[in-house]
Amino acid sequence: MTAGELGWWGVLLAVLGGAIRVSTPYLFVSLGETLTEKSGRVNLGLEGTLVMGAMSGYAVAWLTGSPWLGVLVAGLTGAAFGLFHALVCSLPRVNDVAVGIALFILGTGLAFYLGKPYIQPTAPRLPHLALGAWSSSPQIRSALEINVLFIVGAVLAPALLWALRNTRWGLIVRTAGDNADAARALGYSVERVRAGCTAAGGFLAGVGGAFLSLYYPGTWNEGLSSGQGLMAIALVIFARWNPVRCFWVSLLFGGATALGPALQSVGVTTHYYLLNAAPYVLTLVLLVWSSSPRHTLVGAPSELSISR
Amino acid sequence: MRFRAAAETFFISAAALLAALAVFGLFVALRGLDPFQVYAVVVRASFGSWFAAEQTLTQAAPLMLTALCTAIPARAGLLVIGGEGALVVGGVAAVLAGVAMAGAPAVLGIALTLGSGAAAGAAWIAAAGALRHWRGVNETIATLLMNYIAIALMNHLVSGPMRDFAQTLKPSSWSIDERFRLGEIPGTGIHWGLAFGVAAALIAYVLMRRTTFGFGVDILGGNPRAARLAGLPVGAMVLATCGLGGAAAGLAGGIEIVAVHGFASASLVVGYGYTGILAAFLARQHPLSVIAVAILLGAITASGGVLQRRFGLPDAATVVLQGLLFVSVLAGNTLYRLRGAPRVSRGATSVGGIGGPSRAPHAGQS
Repeated sequence: MTAGELGWWGVLLAVLGGAIRVSTPYLFVSLGETLTEKSGRVNLGLEGTLVMGAMSGYAVAWLTGSPWLGVLVAGLTGAAFGLFHALVCSLPRVNDVAVGIALFILGTGLAFYLGKPYIQPTAPRLPHLALGAWSSSPQIRSALEINVLFIVGAVLAPALLWALRNTRWGLIVRTAGDNADAARALGYSVERVRAGCTAAGGFLAGVGGAFLSLYYPGTWNEGLSSGQGLMAIALVIFARWNPVRCFWVSLLFGGATALGPALQSVGVTTHYYLLNAAPYVLTLVLLVWSSSPRHTLVGAPSELSISR
Repeated sequence: MRFRAAAETFFISAAALLAALAVFGLFVALRGLDPFQVYAVVVRASFGSWFAAEQTLTQAAPLMLTALCTAIPARAGLLVIGGEGALVVGGVAAVLAGVAMAGAPAVLGIALTLGSGAAAGAAWIAAAGALRHWRGVNETIATLLMNYIAIALMNHLVSGPMRDFAQTLKPSSWSIDERFRLGEIPGTGIHWGLAFGVAAALIAYVLMRRTTFGFGVDILGGNPRAARLAGLPVGAMVLATCGLGGAAAGLAGGIEIVAVHGFASASLVVGYGYTGILAAFLARQHPLSVIAVAILLGAITASGGVLQRRFGLPDAATVVLQGLLFVSVLAGNTLYRLRGAPRVSRGATSVGGIGGPSRAPHAGQS
């Protein structure tokens, strides 16, 4: 079969396949940010962490020949950035949102500064599972090439939801996010809980970055991320701080991002740039839709807002 | 007291700058370069000659305007980071006006071209303010997303509906009437944007610090509930501060068209908006300090090329320095003892939360 024969079905298939492929970074960043925000802190700098993860993962994969080592180092780099964020924010009178913006700038700057030598070489890519091997159609086969990290994320989402709801550890995190004084009264250091959650969130965002550079698109360059880290943060609000909902919304965002290239592949090239804006417009629309001036959003950690 | 407070601000800012320079020096030293030599070259490349100073001031002009886009709404307690988008939208609107007005008297044409840029930028950021006030949408994330939307919109327009196919180098829009192009300030190599930047900062200072309106905005930024109880028109103030900030960034876009490019293209997107956020925080959201800080950051930007050519540093080196500076300035907020920073710079603010907008003060029941 050729692309022409599949026609519009091909577009649908490409969007579905693209949704699975493109959604992974959204998924990891949004899971990380959910965890961080559940503990009562916002990290707007995950876009910078994502790009740092992409760079460090790619560099290590190229130097060692092992993409999985790259993923690990990307995660550790992200965790270091998360810890740094937590450290600066633990100082009194320092605003976490502003620090996030600063780390966004610093992270992207550092990634391009340190990553310059790795733009040329080709690093080994992460493997994928060929779930579409049964089909003779190349489109179906390429749509069902599923990366292991996507499966990890898909398992992690319900696991995180369960852990937040049912474990002692989840209770501590939620207490720190909902009522810092109560957490202190129970004898927990709120700063330490938040530092742990921000570091873990940074780890996940770093892994999301490694997916970008080591699987799809699978190269390292300065235009690699187009704001996925930022959109993922808005996505968390729409998902109402629920990890499983993060998974579904990530798929939706992946589909919206894949729409432009999918249409281009069947020859629809007009409005290419407008279609590229689709995920941002979608994010904004969802944000407007899910916000409300009247009542607190269900699931919102109350330490995130000033008026507790 | 005022003097001591000013001295405190000066010393803490200077310490933050030194800390950032020290860390950046480490990065440079790791590449086997002498950091002091690098700094000497940076100073010479940004202030060492009249030509260098002109370069610095030219870079500083748009930064003053984009910094106001964050600094003015910040006084009302809003963290707006949409300067990049407002600049781009302003640039596109300026081109539309400049092309439509072709043949009009030059002064009228220039005024309307720049005015359209400012108006478009104002509408762009005021829209985010309206969403904040009436829908409780977090303005920080909204304006950040709108940056990407503005850039995509401009790319769409200059590669299709507004494309000038005579320009083959890269997708560019039509050019505005040649008579509407603003030259340089007589006797200098600096374009008129600098005059607009300084004037805008002065006007913002008078408005925000010397009028009843500015006083009301400060109350809103300091205690939104008190502002509402006092019967202040909170919604109108949110729209006005966002609109003014957006107008400044939109004007920066208009000036880029009128004084630099003559047409819209991807060259409008060079990060003035993001550096402007840093400038606003470095200036502690004070309109007059914005002028000095913009010149400092202009110097860093202007020396980027030299760092690349002389030392082989990647062009992202200046971004790294800006990021370090941003972090150290924010961390420096913890040292203040004499007077509080504007709410946006401090700890927990309405801006800090993306959680429950309901009880967040800017969501209006009024």
